[in-house]
Amino acid sequence: MTEVALYRAVRKPAAYYRVRRRIVRLFQSAALLLVLIYTLFPYYWAFVSSTKQGAALYRAALVPALDFTYYRQLIDNPVFMGSLLNSAYVAVATTFLSLFIGLSAAYALGRIDFPQRRTLLMIILMISIFPQVVVLSGMFELINWMGLFNRPSALVLTYLLSTVPFTTWVLTTFIREFPRELEEAAIIDGCSHFRILMKILLPLMGPSLASTGILAFILAWNEFLFALTFTLTDENRTVPVAIGLIAGNSRYEYPFGQIMAASVTVTLPLILVVLFFQRRIVAGLTAGAVKG
Amino acid sequence: MSARLARRDHLAAWLFLIPVIIVMLLVAVWPLARTFFFSFTDAYLDDPSIYSMVGIDNFLDVINDRSWWVAVRNTIVFTVISVAIETVLGLAIALLINEAIPGRGLVRAAILVPWAIPVVVSAKIWEWMLNDQFGVLNKILIGLGFIDHGIAWTASSSLIMGVIIFADVWMTTPFMVLLILAGLQLISPEIFEAAEVDGIPAWKRFWSITLPMLRPAIGVAVLFRVLDALRMFDLAYVMAASNENVMTVSIYARDRLISFQELGVGSAASTWVFLLVALAAIIIIGALRLDRASGELTK
Repeated sequence: MTEVALYRAVRKPAAYYRVRRRIVRLFQSAALLLVLIYTLFPYYWAFVSSTKQGAALYRAALVPALDFTYYRQLIDNPVFMGSLLNSAYVAVATTFLSLFIGLSAAYALGRIDFPQRRTLLMIILMISIFPQVVVLSGMFELINWMGLFNRPSALVLTYLLSTVPFTTWVLTTFIREFPRELEEAAIIDGCSHFRILMKILLPLMGPSLASTGILAFILAWNEFLFALTFTLTDENRTVPVAIGLIAGNSRYEYPFGQIMAASVTVTLPLILVVLFFQRRIVAGLTAGAVKG
Repeated sequence: MSARLARRDHLAAWLFLIPVIIVMLLVAVWPLARTFFFSFTDAYLDDPSIYSMVGIDNFLDVINDRSWWVAVRNTIVFTVISVAIETVLGLAIALLINEAIPGRGLVRAAILVPWAIPVVVSAKIWEWMLNDQFGVLNKILIGLGFIDHGIAWTASSSLIMGVIIFADVWMTTPFMVLLILAGLQLISPEIFEAAEVDGIPAWKRFWSITLPMLRPAIGVAVLFRVLDALRMFDLAYVMAASNENVMTVSIYARDRLISFQELGVGSAASTWVFLLVALAAIIIIGALRLDRASGELTK
């Protein structure tokens, strides 16, 4: 092999490699541009469409018209603002509850050696791959029994099904990454586990909690099946369901301008979160999957 | 550590696990058990307290229903094709981003956008872009001279599956890219340098070094994506309501349960969905283990 390489290196002049490298670079940039257009254009197009009125909406001009009538209509629409509020309440409450439950469990699973540890981790992983539709009938009964039907709080409860296994799993991975030496002195001094978690690990866990929390928030904000099934009236809906159920009287009256404005509004907080916390999100996603 | 200390540790572990155990019993184990139970009854949703046991009649009812099998076929077609495309596309984009390029963080953030958008919103955006008369995609295709009049992408029963797969690929390829990228970054660059110095051509480096070393990462990503695709509900539901050409098993089960109020039959259908997903999980995890046993992977 080395002979082949040397032979080649002798035959081809340096200029050949320089040109070749430049061509490769060019192709890479072109491919990258294509990827960016592919991923970003639809959202850009939704924004462009949401700022056009009437006939302009149906022309394919690429620049936004910057007419914010649809957005003003959304702000004046109490039902839409209500569903935005519901979504915020449900997603925030779910996130904090899941972080609390997940952190407590992750400490036990990541730091204390006890015989059933692996089994428990496997059960939690199995629960996270449940198809949601499987618990639908049982969950329906549970929610009725608790008197939560058609209340946003019902959604907080049901979302714990997917967020708690997720936060537990990811936080366990994160806790294991901290060196055990951190707590050794505290253990020798007879410090309780609760104090170790609160005084030593928690102050260090800010970034990990942020990664996990953002992902749980996105999961809860985007959920559709439970939100569709467990809320009945417009004022209790979350935004994905509100948008999913908008329909015109006929195909031709489909209010695409309004739908696009609503879509942009719902997604904007998520996009800002993604742009700001890109590193944290990637850390959380890969901690759960690749290292697990 | 003395036995007494160990026992105290075990007790502490269970104390920390109390919240997760209570919540999982409440929202996972109990509802799942009730679903299994209802699948053997003839209960209706309006009053679940009136029922009698009917054995496996509901399960037979579901598998004797033609539309159940249509839903099974749709789900499998959707899962296989979209996950295959996502894996190849995700691998290609991950390799591209892994090269030292300027603004890599920004690019990574940009490709995360489709993944963070709610499925419902993505469905609406694509519905609008694919509109037969006003959709921008038809306008571009007409402008380029490929077609002379707009195609009704979402209204045509033969195209709708393609549209759903297309939208799903757009939304979930970022997930693949990130997981594969994480796998790529675990491979030490010295291996590639050594191979390059030895004059091994790029495609062979990819085929004999990159791909085998990426197998654990790709395996995990495919596992997650397959299980997710098998239970797909929202995308087809929002884009095509109850169009039979894209009805998935989850839509079928929810329809019978909620729309038709058949608690018993709906629960039986849900149980079939559960078995389908469990079967897929066992097969894929088994395949991953097999690789590990053969000593190729050191994960």
